[in-house]
Amino acid sequence: MSILVDADTRVLVQGITGNQGSFHARLILDYGSNVVAGVVPGRGGQSVHDVPVFDTVEEAVDRTQPNCGIIFVPAFAAPDAILEQAAANIPLIVCITEGIPVIDMIPVCHRVKAAGSRLIGPNCPGVIAPAHKVKVGILPGQMHMPGPVGVVSRSGTLTYEVVQSLSASGLGQSTCVGIGGDPIIGTSFIDVVDMFERDPSTEAIVVIGEIGGTDEEQCAEHIAANVSKPVLAFIAGRTAPPEKRMGHAGAIVSGGSGTATEKIEAFERAGVRVAAIPDEIAAAVRSTIS
Amino acid sequence: MKLHEYQARALFAEAGIPVPASNVAFSASEARGVAEEIGKPVVVKAQVLVGGRGKAGGVKLAQTPAAAQEAAEKILGLTIGGYPVEKVLVAEASDIEREIYLGAIVDRDARRILLMVSGEGGVEIEEVARTNPSAIHREYVQPSGVLDAHQGRRLGFMLGLDWEQVRKFEAIARSLVELAVRTDASLAEINPLIVTPEGELRAIDAKVNIDDNALFRRPALAGLRNSEEETGPERRARESGISYVKLDGNIGCMVNGAGLAMALLDVIKLQGGEPANFLDVGGGADAAQVRTAMEIILADPTVKLVLVNIFGGITRCDEVARGVVAATTGLDRNVPLVVRLVGTNEEEGLEVLRDAGISAYTGMVDAVNEAVSRAAA
Repeated sequence: MSILVDADTRVLVQGITGNQGSFHARLILDYGSNVVAGVVPGRGGQSVHDVPVFDTVEEAVDRTQPNCGIIFVPAFAAPDAILEQAAANIPLIVCITEGIPVIDMIPVCHRVKAAGSRLIGPNCPGVIAPAHKVKVGILPGQMHMPGPVGVVSRSGTLTYEVVQSLSASGLGQSTCVGIGGDPIIGTSFIDVVDMFERDPSTEAIVVIGEIGGTDEEQCAEHIAANVSKPVLAFIAGRTAPPEKRMGHAGAIVSGGSGTATEKIEAFERAGVRVAAIPDEIAAAVRSTIS
Repeated sequence: MKLHEYQARALFAEAGIPVPASNVAFSASEARGVAEEIGKPVVVKAQVLVGGRGKAGGVKLAQTPAAAQEAAEKILGLTIGGYPVEKVLVAEASDIEREIYLGAIVDRDARRILLMVSGEGGVEIEEVARTNPSAIHREYVQPSGVLDAHQGRRLGFMLGLDWEQVRKFEAIARSLVELAVRTDASLAEINPLIVTPEGELRAIDAKVNIDDNALFRRPALAGLRNSEEETGPERRARESGISYVKLDGNIGCMVNGAGLAMALLDVIKLQGGEPANFLDVGGGADAAQVRTAMEIILADPTVKLVLVNIFGGITRCDEVARGVVAATTGLDRNVPLVVRLVGTNEEEGLEVLRDAGISAYTGMVDAVNEAVSRAAA
């Protein structure tokens, strides 16, 4: 089992002819995912890695029935790509693109929701379910292995760091989900933690947060009231100076709010253990799983 | 990106928000000239990108042009929050009956623009939120980005304004939201918005921060960037698509990914070291980008060694390795390198490093321990 993606996932890659799109489409295929279509306006009729390319998402849906879309198009075009997938009723949309103007994501998130689709990201590494050999994202496949740990994170590479140490300790993952480092994202920690709580294959949940916003605090409160499975957390940015954007558009301590300390305290109040360094997470997870 | 008050005021005026007559001055004599043009008592205000100007003596009332010149002289000699004052705003002084706070921000949780008001104008909204949260009233803007008139009226009545004032307030509130959308502002704030004894509403301060992600489509706003907002290396980094923040230590850091970069700083501190910087080379960095990042790190004379921590995903290890090798051959400074490289194209990357005689770690904590002990030596 897994969340969000599984063996029936049929992937559409938007921006498949671009440098990143084509490179990662190859890796997504190599990992074992079923990539059924690419979409690039003006490139319909071509193929990339033997995957047919269509001019529109609508046509790709008619011909190849994808149920999941991943987006590798540049920031100026990405909001429209998300809306095009939502308009074609693709139920799961993963947007990798970084640098989308924040205000653009306001109507996009609301319209995606109204269309009944789920958006992961933007500015995220995507989703991987090792037991099904399915990835819809840019997470390096080789370090993942099937197992009982659900991982959700605002970061990309920090997630890989944690996953590698989990796998090295023999702790595989049910699903890993990168929700994205932007201020406005389609799917929150709470959404994913709830899915892990309901997923029979997930025995423990790892939440990797960072400074900025209050998504972690809300998630902590939600866990205390609604989650029975063990949860471990890590928060990046304990030493970050205030009022400085630390790489991610959303990673900023502003007006004294969004600090790592507040988030760590919120998790600890909720009975969630917070690791001081990423390498500690595996041992902490191990101690919760029989 | 932060704007100065005088720049934000110009945006307000364009948006139809009433602002008193004003102009910016770069010298005391220019300040006098502006005061003469205005022909009324003026306020002289330091233009710096940090708060706390009033307390630092950066805001002075002047009854005459000569007094304005004298005030500007004093203010232009100040350093506020570490920034030398290089320009002042000279603005027509207003009689104030009451002060209101009005601000629009992007609310992350609601995924909407949030408009906030408080009757405690002149006080920072974070301060009001702590001391008197019930004084703050809120309206969430529709996802389309347009404030409904009734929302503006509601906030006006919540503030206890009379009907005439509510009508003026509602127009200002809608204009502020429009301005925020049109400029991709992450914050647009009037603090205070004043009510004069005649019942007029005026913005006597202006603060606008622009979303850096949107500057590519706002060239006119991008041109307003103030050089004091960033250091030389920070500017070079931004122009190269690299996130760089200078810190106080001696371990230069190059990382791909913001979360991993923050975590690396945390681990360095925990292991007793001091990072010299935050640096995220960005997703999918190529060799040239890595080389630029290395040059930015090494431009800092306090950097004693460089710790490279790469976990390849969208970034390819071989590209990073080539950039590291290119950046460190032919450098004047012989700075030790500690490299940690894993992920996409890891084998190819390690081979490039091996050929250049650079060994690499696969564990982050091992690499950090090595860097911390060598930086302390």
